[in-house]
Amino acid sequence: MAELLLDDPVAAGFEIVHERPHSFYPEFFRKGDLKDQTHYCPGCGHGIAHKLVAEAIDELGLQDRTILISPVGCSVFAYYYLDTGNVQAAHGRAPAVATGVKRAHPESIVVSYQGDGDLAAIGMAEILHAANRGENITVFFINNAIYGMTGGQMAPTTLLGQKSTTTPYGRDHYNDGYPVKVCELLATLEAPVYLERVALGNAKQINAALRAIRKALRYQTERAGFSLVEILSPCPTIWKLDPVAAQKRVREVLVPAFPLGVYRDRGAEIPKGETLPPRPLPAPPPPLDAIPGLLDIDEQTPDPPAARPAQADLRIRVAGFGGQGVLMLGEVLAEAGLQLGLEVSWLPSYGPEMRSGTSNCHVRISSQEVDSPLVARPNVLLALNEPSLRKFLPTVEVGGWVLYNHHQLPADIAVPEGIHLLPLACSELADSLGETRAGNIVMLGALLAATDGLPIEAIHRALALCVKSARWLEIDRRALATGQQAAREALSNRSQEVRREIQ
Amino acid sequence: MSPTTETSTGGKPDKGYVTVNTEQCKGCGLCVEACVPRVLRLAPHLNRFGYHPAQYLGHGCSGCGLCFHACPEPGGLVVYKRPSMAAAA
Repeated sequence: MAELLLDDPVAAGFEIVHERPHSFYPEFFRKGDLKDQTHYCPGCGHGIAHKLVAEAIDELGLQDRTILISPVGCSVFAYYYLDTGNVQAAHGRAPAVATGVKRAHPESIVVSYQGDGDLAAIGMAEILHAANRGENITVFFINNAIYGMTGGQMAPTTLLGQKSTTTPYGRDHYNDGYPVKVCELLATLEAPVYLERVALGNAKQINAALRAIRKALRYQTERAGFSLVEILSPCPTIWKLDPVAAQKRVREVLVPAFPLGVYRDRGAEIPKGETLPPRPLPAPPPPLDAIPGLLDIDEQTPDPPAARPAQADLRIRVAGFGGQGVLMLGEVLAEAGLQLGLEVSWLPSYGPEMRSGTSNCHVRISSQEVDSPLVARPNVLLALNEPSLRKFLPTVEVGGWVLYNHHQLPADIAVPEGIHLLPLACSELADSLGETRAGNIVMLGALLAATDGLPIEAIHRALALCVKSARWLEIDRRALATGQQAAREALSNRSQEVRREIQ
Repeated sequence: MSPTTETSTGGKPDKGYVTVNTEQCKGCGLCVEACVPRVLRLAPHLNRFGYHPAQYLGHGCSGCGLCFHACPEPGGLVVYKRPSMAAAA
């Protein structure tokens, strides 16, 4: 037989029409004898798909512009073979990596090459969002309905009834769900430009696959947008079929389950030979020195007021209903601490129940470094409602202050010895100013009157920074003064009472 | 016996030709399956990797290239055509 063959067909008058595409490396970066062949099993669809992709890249003259993002799976080593730019991505993240590469290099042709475990399981979020953003990338999605590299576990695309190592009795939709149809799924999104499912089930299907691959790449050169070609592919090893039987199974089993066809083709609307304008670039980032202005912190922080306390250790718990300004009150306190040049922390603590439920925050203002933002033993409790008082009163340290948003405590609550109490109807006072919601700042004013830890000028600066609306700033300033005044009166009356009792 | 490209049918020269890189071939047989004129087979001998490589029967190739695209190995096959035929293709 062999003696019948020509040593050199070209010398015999033939011309080469199909040979190893140039987009493959002439030799693969593999050990010894293996440098001429792929690591794929005999009859593997990846080999065919690689060849089709390489040939399409050759035909379109894109080799020097292409950056291939290889996945995790059997095709993790695509960078051994394709002589293009290569990036290997974490499992499922190829579309996210492709997004970054394409945005950084908009004139490159960025190709994400992924299997079904990579794309449709761990990477489902990445592919959906890249498609939904209409990234101008091309995705080749190799679907063989199984996890091949890891030994045949069920993939999202595994067919109903198909046995795998993790579905030994066959995939059952009650337990395992249905096969995910990626083209159909992506076709529900607005942005994708081209979605087609092809197969490698026979020579005719392979030719159609080559056309689809070529088209998807060409659309990227025209800046058309996101395209994905799903390629139904054989896995003879895991399917436990010889390569020819595996190819037959692609035709006879996979294709009926995953119908071939074009699911989206908006690229056809682009006149032939035309290229769309580049996607508008996002606004450039602001220069570094503009950032303080954007954050409203561009004014030079004034020197700390002279009244800066040498020693400060305020551990404040602010608590109340959601909507009472609990977190905001904490923020103003922390900001005031900053204005004094002290160390501060502000830790909001709110759960799903915050709206119309309870909310609280921890504030620490200290002349020392703050070791923990948690305030488990407060020396100031600002209780804007009764549940907060009941909850946090037992935690207050001896010598600490409790401010409660009512003119008296509930009858059944006794204040532990050594704790200073100031009940004051802050919300009512705020209401008389015309804004019930300023009750939190009334309480802040009361705190200033009760303790001398924080100078009022620091609070005024903090309010100016925290309150954006001029109307509210005015209200809050009045609320602050009102709270201070009311607290002074209450405390002075109380000391007279005490004096009378002593007399 | 000298190499020939004359087919046994009508004495016309073959349109195409195919060579197999036997040391890259993994013997999957997809090219044999894809070949319309059925002029490929798996050789009875093994290559050094232990596969029965594909083999051209020596004549009858149409140069269609279906085997080339069916082959999973990048350099497994090379397909040729006569120049006039190549231009027409």
